[in-house]
Amino acid sequence: MSDVENLLAVEDLHVSFPGRGRGRRAARTDVLNGVSLAVRPGETLGLVGGSGSGKTTLGRAILGLVPARSGTITFAGERIDGATPRRRRTLSRDLQVVFQDPYTSLNPSLTIGDTLSEPLLAQGLSRAEARGRVAGLLERVHLPSDSAARLPREFSGGQRQRVAIARALAIGPRLIVCDEPVSALDLTTQQTVLELLLEIQEGTGVSYLFVSHDLAVVRFVSHRVAVIHQGVIVETGDAAEVTERPQHVYTRSLLLAAPVADVAEQRARREAFERERAAG
Amino acid sequence: MSGDGGGRGNNGGKGGGGGNGVLRRVLRNPLGLVSAVVLALIVLAVLFAPLLSPQGPNVASLRDSFGGPTGGHPLGFDSAGRDMVARLLYGGRNTLGGALLALVVALVIGVPSGLLAGYRGGRFDAAASWVVNLVMALPAMVVLLASRAILGPTVWVLMVVLGVLISPSFFRLVRGVVAGVRGELYVDAARVAGLSDARIVARHVLIVVRAPIIIQTALVAGIAIGLQAGLEFLGVGSGSTPTWGAMLNEAFGNIQRAPTMIVWPGLALGLTSASLVLLASALRDALEDRGAPAARRKARRGGSGLVSSELASPELVSPGLVSSEPAPSESVLSESAPSEPAPSGPVSGEVGERAELLSVRGLRVAYDLADGTVKEVVHGVDIDVRAGEIVGLVGESGSGKTQTAFSVLGILPEGGRVAGGSVTVAGTEIVGLDERAHRALRGTVVAYVPQEPMSNLDPSFTIGTQLTEPMRYKLKISRAEARKRALDLLRQVEITDPERVFASYPHQISGGMAQRVLIAGAMSCDPDLLIADEPTTALDVLVQAEVLGLLRRLQRERGMGVLLVTHNLGVVADVCDRVAVMHDGRIVETGTAEQILHAPEEPYTRRLLGAVLDRAPARGAWKGETA
Repeated sequence: MSDVENLLAVEDLHVSFPGRGRGRRAARTDVLNGVSLAVRPGETLGLVGGSGSGKTTLGRAILGLVPARSGTITFAGERIDGATPRRRRTLSRDLQVVFQDPYTSLNPSLTIGDTLSEPLLAQGLSRAEARGRVAGLLERVHLPSDSAARLPREFSGGQRQRVAIARALAIGPRLIVCDEPVSALDLTTQQTVLELLLEIQEGTGVSYLFVSHDLAVVRFVSHRVAVIHQGVIVETGDAAEVTERPQHVYTRSLLLAAPVADVAEQRARREAFERERAAG
Repeated sequence: MSGDGGGRGNNGGKGGGGGNGVLRRVLRNPLGLVSAVVLALIVLAVLFAPLLSPQGPNVASLRDSFGGPTGGHPLGFDSAGRDMVARLLYGGRNTLGGALLALVVALVIGVPSGLLAGYRGGRFDAAASWVVNLVMALPAMVVLLASRAILGPTVWVLMVVLGVLISPSFFRLVRGVVAGVRGELYVDAARVAGLSDARIVARHVLIVVRAPIIIQTALVAGIAIGLQAGLEFLGVGSGSTPTWGAMLNEAFGNIQRAPTMIVWPGLALGLTSASLVLLASALRDALEDRGAPAARRKARRGGSGLVSSELASPELVSPGLVSSEPAPSESVLSESAPSEPAPSGPVSGEVGERAELLSVRGLRVAYDLADGTVKEVVHGVDIDVRAGEIVGLVGESGSGKTQTAFSVLGILPEGGRVAGGSVTVAGTEIVGLDERAHRALRGTVVAYVPQEPMSNLDPSFTIGTQLTEPMRYKLKISRAEARKRALDLLRQVEITDPERVFASYPHQISGGMAQRVLIAGAMSCDPDLLIADEPTTALDVLVQAEVLGLLRRLQRERGMGVLLVTHNLGVVADVCDRVAVMHDGRIVETGTAEQILHAPEEPYTRRLLGAVLDRAPARGAWKGETA
């Protein structure tokens, strides 16, 4: 990996949340305990973990939505942990996000066009220029061009997620943090949204940090997969390697716990899962 | 989306947001229309007082004192011989102007500080909240009287003081709403999009607080007018300026001599205050109606958890009631009686032969919409669950699978109803069954495990209370016995430290633990049929595997029938014996799990299976920069 410049490098990142109460009584909660990972240009790194593993917090720390306690986050050769608010605002040109819940990630009272032009206006485009770009963005995510004048509530979950993806793409970012972008979607919708993400990556060379709890989804979109457990990365490797021949016991149980839509194979998985659990 | 809002106070302008639509909705409401028209007339009359009034408010001619209506003076004269119409019109200027001043002061103080405290939180919030609590603790009347003594008897100064005193109501309102919005994902998204805080507040936050502020403004305006009139009536205001309150005061002093004099200022005050309150309520209806369609998504009946769904009213067990209940369903009973406990035929879709435990035939579910139309969401569903089997009801969102499950439980959300068909649970027809009899079935015959374990536990009671309460009602057992049973149940759902969990509050346990507790609760009255609505969707995969294993084990041990609503075909492969695939309110295919997963016949089932990523190849290794 050393032969290529990493687009994003996280080194020994610690994140904690202050406890309730004041003074010494406030026990802090450590969410990330020394996480290191790297994403190369044009690459998708899948980040898998159970609930409470810290996977979402890692994404939020990279986006500057939660502060790092220690460690470094380097983006395109520049330290961005502890960046000033002003620097953060310009960073948004390169660093974007797609959230899990397409229902709450779009402001219900803004039209799709307003939502999409927001990041463009923030980067200093004129209103007319922004309007012009919106049509192109809608086309990129395969939404009808008359969507711009409509409100989020007129769209289904999958369509809303397309809007969220279009918003992330608006300024042409180099890295998009995808925080469980398909886990609120139906099976058939999930597939089309994942295919859209792949298509966009091929077209633009954008990198993804793809956060999910679903190994099947992660291996479908990721070049490499990192497994996070209790705030620590326990295993990293190529997608096929990690999802088919997991080394770490946690990854193995994650794999065995995920049910497959095949009666015989699932029975075998279930037995193996119970065996591992009895043994552990 | 460019509505500049007409500048109501200082809150209208920013953000836009369909002001015209709101105005139209207010005016379409008869009360809103009448109150708006009355208010507009009053305001116009007061504004154009010099044109409308026959003479100045202080022009007195003692000759006319207490004079009755004459040609140019329709309401007659007061004790000093001043024209009543002029007094009313000019007095309105001072009364309404004073109230407006108080409002503006309250808004200018309350709204920005509320915005800042809600958005930033932290120290400013703590300090501001402390000050606000202090101000709220002050008795308004006493402060007003004291400030008059210190600052002198001008009505305008008093109104500024009044504005300060009512500013906490705006502060609290705005702070609460803003603190809620700050946690929304779209605010995070805006931050990531590079918007400055000021811009986020203008675009995303103000728009949300606008409606509550407008409503509050109308209400507070009424209060301010009332308080001001009260002060004047007590003679606290400035003596020489005409106001409605001062007119009341004067009329009251002469009530023996000219009783009708009190009518006009009283009417003016009453009409204004009533119009403001009615307008506020019309505004609330119009503004808050906008959120309704989004809210409906989450309107799934909350009260379906442990306590509420299984808590039967005590009289249920009285024999008279119980025996009278099955009456309406007798015919169905006799029809289904001959059917043998079908030896688990592979496919149960055939109409005619009905399962003993749960049998749904031709179920239709419809919703009455606000505009009077009826929307049918389930169009004739047949499904059977026999004792000792798990039947998966599979479909995507909007397929009607949850509506079907809710119909069986009789807990369809507000506006929904079973529009046709038959549902029998253990031989009892439940379509058309009255609520009381239905409640008797829930818990003991049919139990429910919901999707969101946490929101189905009451945060203010311990797990133990929530487990034992239904048992004590339903099974008529003592507290000690219920406790013993509850601990035993917790052990059965593989909770390692049942005593601790029993004494815990819901926030002290994890989501997976909460779901085990709910399963224990569902088992508590030994049901024959379990309806599980996406029981593992909110859980972690590892926890999901454990909970599914647990459900399977309990179902086998107890010979229960389970209707498992799910969208996950892996879950189907894991635990289901038979499967019904639902799409657009219809069952498209039924069969054993093997048949459906390995030899699906319907195109929709195939499409669903085609979207499963289990078998999709892993993405290849990264080959360097592509662009």
